[in-house]
Amino acid sequence: MAGPRPDAVSRLRSVGKHALLIAASLVMIYPLVWMLVSSLRPTDVIFRTPGLWLNELYLDNYIEGWTALARPFDWYIVNSGIVVVGAVVGNLLSCSLAAYAFARLKFRLRTLWFAIMLMTIMLPFHVVIVPQYIVFNTFGMVNTFLPLVLPKFLATDAFFVFLMVQFIRGIPRELDEAARIDGCGHFRIFFRIIIPLMVPALATAAIFTFIWTWSDFFTSLIYLTAPDMYTVPLALRSFLDATSGSNWGAMFAMSIVSLVPLFLVFLFGQKYLIQGIATTGGK
Amino acid sequence: MSALSELSKLRTGGHQTPEQRAARRKETSRDNRAGYAFLAPWLVGLFAFTIGPMLASLYLSFTDYNLIQSPNFTGFDNIVRMLGDDRLHQSLRVTFTYVLVGVPLQLIVALGIALLLNKGMRGLPFYRSVFYLPSMLGGSVAVSLLWRQIFGTDGLINQLLRALGVDATIGYVSHPDYALWTLILLHVWTFGSPMVIFLAGLRQIPTMYYEAAALDGANSRKIFLRVTLPLLSPIIFFNLVLQVIGAFQSFTQAFIVSGGSGGPSDSTLFYTLYLYERGFTNFQMGYASAMAWLLLVIIAAFTAINFFAAKYWVFYDD
Repeated sequence: MAGPRPDAVSRLRSVGKHALLIAASLVMIYPLVWMLVSSLRPTDVIFRTPGLWLNELYLDNYIEGWTALARPFDWYIVNSGIVVVGAVVGNLLSCSLAAYAFARLKFRLRTLWFAIMLMTIMLPFHVVIVPQYIVFNTFGMVNTFLPLVLPKFLATDAFFVFLMVQFIRGIPRELDEAARIDGCGHFRIFFRIIIPLMVPALATAAIFTFIWTWSDFFTSLIYLTAPDMYTVPLALRSFLDATSGSNWGAMFAMSIVSLVPLFLVFLFGQKYLIQGIATTGGK
Repeated sequence: MSALSELSKLRTGGHQTPEQRAARRKETSRDNRAGYAFLAPWLVGLFAFTIGPMLASLYLSFTDYNLIQSPNFTGFDNIVRMLGDDRLHQSLRVTFTYVLVGVPLQLIVALGIALLLNKGMRGLPFYRSVFYLPSMLGGSVAVSLLWRQIFGTDGLINQLLRALGVDATIGYVSHPDYALWTLILLHVWTFGSPMVIFLAGLRQIPTMYYEAAALDGANSRKIFLRVTLPLLSPIIFFNLVLQVIGAFQSFTQAFIVSGGSGGPSDSTLFYTLYLYERGFTNFQMGYASAMAWLLLVIIAAFTAINFFAAKYWVFYDD
């Protein structure tokens, strides 16, 4: 018989496929690994070593980077931490309340509000940023964390409202009906039945809020101009200015530090991330 | 599955008999107070942070507001100025190039990899994670800094080229012909999230379609064109709309890679970057508001075109 047997062909094809995918994986990941390795090299070595081999662990970049700005780097991490915690709490609370109303309650104009909510998901942020800035400026809130946190307590991230509506719709109505017959009001049903059952949706929303808020640059750039209020992205950016973009060792070291929380979320929250994107199309 | 299909459902669900309407109204009044109580934070946010500011910025578009003096109504002055603003035109060119090249390229890569990954293959979770990670980190300042180094004169790319014996001396991020392309490449590099959406969509195609096609003797090319592509078209459409809207608003990457200037010679002056410069560096709040509304109109137009064109190529199974 001429030619290889069919299973040999399919095995060959599978090997080829894996080879292609592994090559693609390497191309995708190489820059990140190279940044990690480079953060452990003196700056002059960074500029002539494209490889990943380390002769020694050069930790000076981390020490230098940590202390290069007006405050030690942990100061900016705490700032970012405050904003992230505020944003996560705000989003979970306000978005789940709105989602319960949309998913379970019948009230006047519900369809209209729901349609508006869906449209705000697609509204470009830049259309509202100028007047928002003017308002926060008038109330003296520029250079506080309020402009970054307050809107979250008012469910402005409509994407999460939608995500939670979808989830609550999947919870059997019999559960609320039973509680209602037992005399529970809406707030008791919401807190005692719906909230415990929607933990996966809350986790997804918390993880996305964490990622987006931690890496958010634009809002911080606009509202936080005092160096003491800088969040991590702003601190990284001021590195670039302070060293006129030449101290790559320290810059890479602090970049790695800034990516560690995201990477941890990625490792431990991957299930929720993948599900969240697959069901609603988040970033 | 998405906010998009939800919206189109709302549009079509309007037929009710008077009895049905009466029954609905009765049910509605029962939960009315509770409904608005639960909705209160969102409603306050909607008016305070979305509708209010939208109306305000519409008004400011017709003024010369500069944050210090009270706004003067200047009619269509801002629009006339926009027509003659060369940097605005340049920023539109840059942004359109970025969107029209970057988005399709990213989606093609995402779809290609998703097709390779389909159907319970070995190592799928590993590959998915590796491909997804960059899109999670891609919006951060850290990755933008990395990009600035990689495509610099002595950056990683040139180091690799020199190792291969090429005399590479171009600084890609500092060359007007290449800078934008490094950002497009960064966009393509973050193909992971549309890929995850494609993977979810591919899993929903019933295997019986493939079996039937195979029985009819269709080859893999035909199966892809006649089965996979049509059944996946709603997902492609969803990704396309989402990515176009997102790409128009890109900011961080261009800001960091160009050091905040949109340079060299405005070759990476994204629309949002120019808007930021006018509004928050020069405090021309009136002009920035007019620019913001133009952005909204452009994005809305693109979305509308997408929806209109969808009639001809998106196939709904139900």
